[in-house]
Amino acid sequence: MRAFDYATASTVDDALKLARPGSAFLAGGTTLVDLMKLDVLTPDRVIDVNSLPLKGIRLHAGGLRIGALERMSDVAAHPVVRAVHPMISKALLLSASGQLRNMASIGGNLMQRTRCDYFRDVTSACNKRRPGSGCPALTGVNRGHAILGTSDSCVATHASDVAVAFVALGAQVVLRGKDGGRTVALEDFYLLPGSTPDRENVLGPGELIAEVVVPVLPWARHSTYLKIRDRQSYEFALTSVAAAVDVKRGVVQDVRLAAGGVGTKPWRLRAVEEALKGGVAVERTFADAAESAVDGARPLAHNAFKTSLLKRSIVRALLDAAGVR
Amino acid sequence: MTTSRRQFFGRAAAVSAGVALTSPLAEAIAAPANDTGLVDVAFRVNGERRRLSLDPCVTLLDALRERLQLTGTKKGCDRGQCGACTVHVDDRRVLSCLTLAVTVQGKDVTTIEGISDGDELHPVQRAFIEHDGFQCGFCTSGQIMSAVEVVEEREVRTDDQIREAMSGNICRCGAYPNILAAIKQARES
Ligand SMILES: Cc1cc2nc3c(=O)[nH]c(=O)nc-3n(C[C@H](O)[C@H](O)[C@H](O)COP(=O)(O)OP(=O)(O)OC[C@H]3O[C@@H](n4cnc5c(N)ncnc54)[C@H](O)[C@@H]3O)c2cc1C
Ligand code: SF4
Ligand code: FES
Ligand code: FES
Repeated sequence: MRAFDYATASTVDDALKLARPGSAFLAGGTTLVDLMKLDVLTPDRVIDVNSLPLKGIRLHAGGLRIGALERMSDVAAHPVVRAVHPMISKALLLSASGQLRNMASIGGNLMQRTRCDYFRDVTSACNKRRPGSGCPALTGVNRGHAILGTSDSCVATHASDVAVAFVALGAQVVLRGKDGGRTVALEDFYLLPGSTPDRENVLGPGELIAEVVVPVLPWARHSTYLKIRDRQSYEFALTSVAAAVDVKRGVVQDVRLAAGGVGTKPWRLRAVEEALKGGVAVERTFADAAESAVDGARPLAHNAFKTSLLKRSIVRALLDAAGVR
Repeated sequence: MTTSRRQFFGRAAAVSAGVALTSPLAEAIAAPANDTGLVDVAFRVNGERRRLSLDPCVTLLDALRERLQLTGTKKGCDRGQCGACTVHVDDRRVLSCLTLAVTVQGKDVTTIEGISDGDELHPVQRAFIEHDGFQCGFCTSGQIMSAVEVVEEREVRTDDQIREAMSGNICRCGAYPNILAAIKQARES
């Protein structure tokens, strides 16, 4: 690991003052420390933010507010989260392992890099790690890579599970910077890779995620998070679907859908949502609507299976969320 | 470089950070960087107060094994993937290979060496012995530290739930059936 300054701060203002180009905030450290050991990230200053008052889980008029430093395990177990948005709890419990969930923060989870194994290997080229060096995944091993939102520069997926649930539910992130705060829809927080895959989100240098605000939808208790992976547990998603659906008298009134493991960012499935609204809540409707999920998909040599896997996962998640069998 | 009383620096390189501390609050957060560029870290390990001067890039795993000679905690992957390095920090199981040692300032660390009561083994330790929950034993201290938390989790009841809760601890000898049996027994006692 490269040498670095270690600093702590107990107020947001102090933390922001300490930030400078080349510095990194440290929360749970579960991905920052790993990438520093690999020399993929080489901050010359590490600012420990764990003493900042960015904690708490509260139900407000504006929605469910989750502090950025809340730990994944605490959010998953929180009675209010479970009652209001069980999908969030489910997505978290299907992430990583018990030890990692105890360590990892919600802010750090949203900030984990959009990445692939080539990114983690400093001896290989990677447009994200070294802009302009090329993307070996385009012609190399790309079974786990994205089919949606890709560019000729980068085809890596965003690996967060809870971000998929948040995006489905229309969550916003509250950011704090030196010039004050701003609120951004999480869906717009993430950027498509385009020709600049090294820029993954709109967070400016020296800006922090303070909290996540999730709108409360009374019907979204009928929801699920379905995660398909190569092994039963402790693995990233090949495909995942967050679904919440409001069915009255057998007809879909409203629906929220997003997918993970298939996009270069957490992927809201708006076309599928629109196709579902007003439809009869039966498998046939779900399957027809799911077709539009893969419009514009660009499968690679090893991941074409994700187009059918995604469509089937959407159907299964909808059946489960709607309680239809 | 701005320095307020709420901040402190350690410099991993051999350059003095030269920080003046003015308030006892700062010391309560952590000790200042000293002239060698190391950071003084005070924490409790298995109930005992320990103080170490550490380069900020040292992991808790290396501090325990190399500095405190607590070699019961194992280094498997050193990448957060195998669970061999599991310890408790403030009563929660965490991976010591992904924890920077400077961040446990003021905290309580428990390792496999600290869970028995004198010569009286922890019920989870006894259950692992009774059920042969290991072969080579390399993963075992991590398995046990994880299991000590898992047996307390009220919602973890069925075999599948125990397997899921323990999935962050890999056993390359494949002792899983016996580990499961040990945890089931320890849950009941
Ligand atoms: C073996 C393994 C398996 C995993 N499996 C999964 C999985 O199945 N699903 C899943 O979703 N995730 C998974 N993860 C990823 C894990 O969830 C993330 O590593 C974790 O959530 C990161 O949180 P952290 O607090 O540890 O972040 P850190 O490592 O502390 O920080 C990560 C990044 O976020 C920045 N940061 C942290 N907090 C803030 C903030 N408040 N504002 C701005 N920037 C901030 C840091 O500077 C850093 O760049 C896995 C990780 C490992 C190691
Ligand atoms: S897919 Fe993206 S992260 Fe992976 S090698 Fe290509 S540029 Fe790098
Ligand atoms: S050594 Fe820490 S998880 Fe493998
Ligand atoms: S007993 Fe050998 S790795 Fe588990």
